[in-house]
Amino acid sequence: MPLRRLVSLRLPGLLLVLLAAGKGAAAVLPEERADLLYHRYDGGGVKVDGPSVLVRKNLGSSVSLGLNYYVDRVTSASIDVVTTASEYTEKRTEQSVFVDYLREKTTMSLGYTRSEESDFDASTASVGISQDLFGDLTTVSIGFAYGDNDISKNGDDNFHENAKVRSYRVGLSQILTRNLVMSIAYESIIDDGYLNNPYRSVRYRDAGTSLGYAYQPEVYPDTRNSSAIALRGNYFLEQWGSAVNAGVRFYEDNWGIDAITYELGYTFPYAENWIFEASLRRHEQNEADFYSDLFPYQNAQNYLARDKELSNFTSTAFGVGASYEFGRSWSLIDRGSLNFQYDWIYFDYNDFRDLEEGGAVGEEPEYSFSAYVTRIFASFWF
Amino acid sequence: MRANLNLLCTCSLLLLAGCATEPWVKPYERANLANPIMSFNRDPVSASYLHHVYDSREGARGAGIASGGGCGCN
Repeated sequence: MPLRRLVSLRLPGLLLVLLAAGKGAAAVLPEERADLLYHRYDGGGVKVDGPSVLVRKNLGSSVSLGLNYYVDRVTSASIDVVTTASEYTEKRTEQSVFVDYLREKTTMSLGYTRSEESDFDASTASVGISQDLFGDLTTVSIGFAYGDNDISKNGDDNFHENAKVRSYRVGLSQILTRNLVMSIAYESIIDDGYLNNPYRSVRYRDAGTSLGYAYQPEVYPDTRNSSAIALRGNYFLEQWGSAVNAGVRFYEDNWGIDAITYELGYTFPYAENWIFEASLRRHEQNEADFYSDLFPYQNAQNYLARDKELSNFTSTAFGVGASYEFGRSWSLIDRGSLNFQYDWIYFDYNDFRDLEEGGAVGEEPEYSFSAYVTRIFASFWF
Repeated sequence: MRANLNLLCTCSLLLLAGCATEPWVKPYERANLANPIMSFNRDPVSASYLHHVYDSREGARGAGIASGGGCGCN
């Protein structure tokens, strides 16, 4: 459920930013394109798949309209689920609309997204503006998103909660040389309301049970303030006709989580129609102040969490991709591409124990798992 | 963490310092920057989905990609 809360704001807001960032040039409208994507995630007992369709079309010379339809079909038998509940399936659908208005060197963007599932409804509105400066070497952008989430609980008709999410973003992109462009982004997110997952529990020592421990519901603070700053760069290797990109993000919040994420990628064309890419990603974070894998007794403190996303862990990812371009001579489209991208991610937890493996209470093996993320999609430019 | 933030702030100031001078990369010198492989995000739907995967499974969030990534190529 906390995952869905993030989804409710992050996915549409990010897509809006990515659409703007992906335009490939300053002070022009986003590319007119259509994307048909199938996505699949498989890892840790969780399988998620579904389609995503994006259409971006200009209306005249200064307005761009975008529509996105996205579906998650989830089957979950994750470690959290199998130890405290039973496997479940559900479906989340999301519709988004984006509008960009270009006036000279200024682009104004509006977005609205509606996400629905059985126990979580989210609406998010976003607004942004970007301005090209200094001979189009510099692009400055600011943005704001507001999310309103209604949370319910399957099996409990009396459970109704709400959370608001506010996101403030500022970014700067700078051409440094004829082969190097860099950008920096800062984002502050403020959550206010019910931030728990109503299904999740923490465990505490209880000598009176056969397991030696028992469960009680998680209790989170009602507010969360986070800050993230990211620096990225793309460098064109003239000798090889390829590009290398690198990025780093620093994160901290008032729940006590500090995190750092590194990214490195290499993209190279091959022959006339192929583009290949490879990427590495590393994420490290510590745990929230109120996280524990095993509390000493019931109600041990005001706030209680055993959500592994809030624990101390690392993730390491390796990705590859291939793209084949076609249709430059076709009459209906400018061009098209068929794409395959695959990522392997290894999550290694340092204070989240695998209760399925058994062992002395508090000394069970630490949990880890691999996930496989696949995207297959076709893109058309017109 | 604080030292890292200071380092990043320094980098951002250096980026901003570049704004105070004459454009030194002329439009006709931006062919490499205009190459699609130099885009911060060539495939927005796919990248958005992958960020969603990470946001859902990690405690950190935000600034997943630097915004306003125009390259000034046109």
